[in-house]
Amino acid sequence: MSALLDVEGLEVGFGSRTSAVRGISLTVERGETHCLVGESGCGKSVTALAVMNLLARGSHRTARRMTFQGEDLLKLNDRGMARLRGNAMAMIFQEPMTSLNPAYTVGSQMTEVLRRHKGASQRAATDRAADLLARVGITAPGLRLGQFPHQLSGGLRQRVMIAMALMCDPQLLIADEPTTALDVTVQAQILRLLAELQRDLGLGVLLITHDLGIVARVATRVSVMYAGEVVESAATAQLFADPRHPYTKGLLRCVPVPGKQRQDEPLGSIPGTVPRIGPGFAGCAFRERCDFADETCAHIIPRHAASPGHDYLCRLTA
Amino acid sequence: MFNFLIRRLVVAALVAATVMTLAFILTRLSGDLATSIAGPNATQADIEAIRLAYGLDRPVLSQFFDWVGRALTGDLGESYFFKARVSTLIAERMPVTLTLGLTGLVIALVVSLPLGILAAVRENTGLDRVVQMVALFGQAMPSFWLGLILMITLGLNLGWLPISGTGSWQHFVMPGIVLAFSAIPALTRLTRAGMIQAMGSDYIRTARAKGLSRASILLKHALRNAAIPVVAIAAVQLGFMLGGSIVIEQVFALHGVGFLAWESIGKNDFPVVQAVVLVLAVIYVALTMVADLMNAVLDPRLRGP
Repeated sequence: MSALLDVEGLEVGFGSRTSAVRGISLTVERGETHCLVGESGCGKSVTALAVMNLLARGSHRTARRMTFQGEDLLKLNDRGMARLRGNAMAMIFQEPMTSLNPAYTVGSQMTEVLRRHKGASQRAATDRAADLLARVGITAPGLRLGQFPHQLSGGLRQRVMIAMALMCDPQLLIADEPTTALDVTVQAQILRLLAELQRDLGLGVLLITHDLGIVARVATRVSVMYAGEVVESAATAQLFADPRHPYTKGLLRCVPVPGKQRQDEPLGSIPGTVPRIGPGFAGCAFRERCDFADETCAHIIPRHAASPGHDYLCRLTA
Repeated sequence: MFNFLIRRLVVAALVAATVMTLAFILTRLSGDLATSIAGPNATQADIEAIRLAYGLDRPVLSQFFDWVGRALTGDLGESYFFKARVSTLIAERMPVTLTLGLTGLVIALVVSLPLGILAAVRENTGLDRVVQMVALFGQAMPSFWLGLILMITLGLNLGWLPISGTGSWQHFVMPGIVLAFSAIPALTRLTRAGMIQAMGSDYIRTARAKGLSRASILLKHALRNAAIPVVAIAAVQLGFMLGGSIVIEQVFALHGVGFLAWESIGKNDFPVVQAVVLVLAVIYVALTMVADLMNAVLDPRLRGP
């Protein structure tokens, strides 16, 4: 059986000068959480939007292969994509405060998805919405359905977004930094909820984050992105135990680990910033910030397999 | 929602009171009323007689409170020139002005909403620029000139529409179009700007991620939010159309309130001038309130917690 989501060689550019995503390949299996990690601007969100075909006008997307449940997403027109979106593949966003329409009630926004995709009656859709609100831990769902977004807190709104994404029983849930805008305590609740739903419903989840703490807790598989490329991809335990790419190692050094770190030892950091990459760029994008770089890093870098299911993009093979 | 209404009503009453005061002061600032009513050939004795007859010899404050007190009971006084009750004069002419203003507003909305949406959807394309150019020309075109052009083409050359008078609904089409042209540029631009802003918002991205139809995204999710400033400005524009249709009423010989105001100013018939200003101000305030209420319906955040 093929993977739920299978992307190979995805490229996204804005105009003719900027390449946001440069030949990314990733898969999401049923029942797994695949985390896409990286700094701001490395192309994580663009990758997610490209899969959903929600990129802004003026961008162009190409890929060698992009299938969802075996269906070729590259061949679908707008109408075909709209049939999948919110239905078999759903997405939640970083900004719960602005992602709901201020002019409509929670109930109206939730029910319209089911009515659109499944032709459900208003009554059936309302029942389903109330069930799901209860499922994502919202008390008094009946009350909440009649309320407007501005009457809810950020945490509640993100729960509403999650419940709304689940209305049509999706196979794939794409979550773009779903907890970044929330308080730390609420973050933990939302993450626990996502993990629970993922296990109970057998969802495939593509979770985008820059927080390695989140990765450690929920991911089954991790892809580390840098400047529009996946520089390393492995099962979570493997990546944390045996990081190969200098960038991944650098990222891991930036996270404090209780017990492992002496108190007076400074936390690691990676000097420099992410370069702006245009078409025709060759070699390793990380070479200017890398301690191990030499002149060979300006040439095409091969992808190495450290072990089955663990590969990275670096000339260092040791 | 109830508190919201009360607050708006208090503000409306304050605005009306301010306008009454200003209207009163402005008519007194235009010179000695008794002298101008009497005319250039009057003797000093005539002027004094007029001053006494109309109560203009009394202190200004007592004149003011007398007028306000009567106005509050609905008595707007008597016209010096028409020798008729001012309230009757205004009531006779109000239907013409209202019909004209509403016709203008409906035409303006029917034209500018679709144009604004179209321009927003096709932002920065040739079509968008054409719409913007049309709006610019609309703004730059004097209404009396457009009125005359329409009269010559639609009225005289083609004979489709009557060119003056108020006999039937056809009489209101041409002046309605001319009046609409004063509102179309602003409403089109506002619709366009509002739609562009709404289409770039996070909740529209959500709507797209939900796989909603294009019509639902545009007309349900975006337009509702884009319409909020449009409603406010449309109300103000209707106020302008009702109060500012003097030129159009002249060109098309429509005897509405604007025409009445113009006549009365020329004849220094200050009870009529004061009353017309007051009535138009009250309509204006009422329209603003209606717009606020409609916005509260459109945007739940305005209804308070």
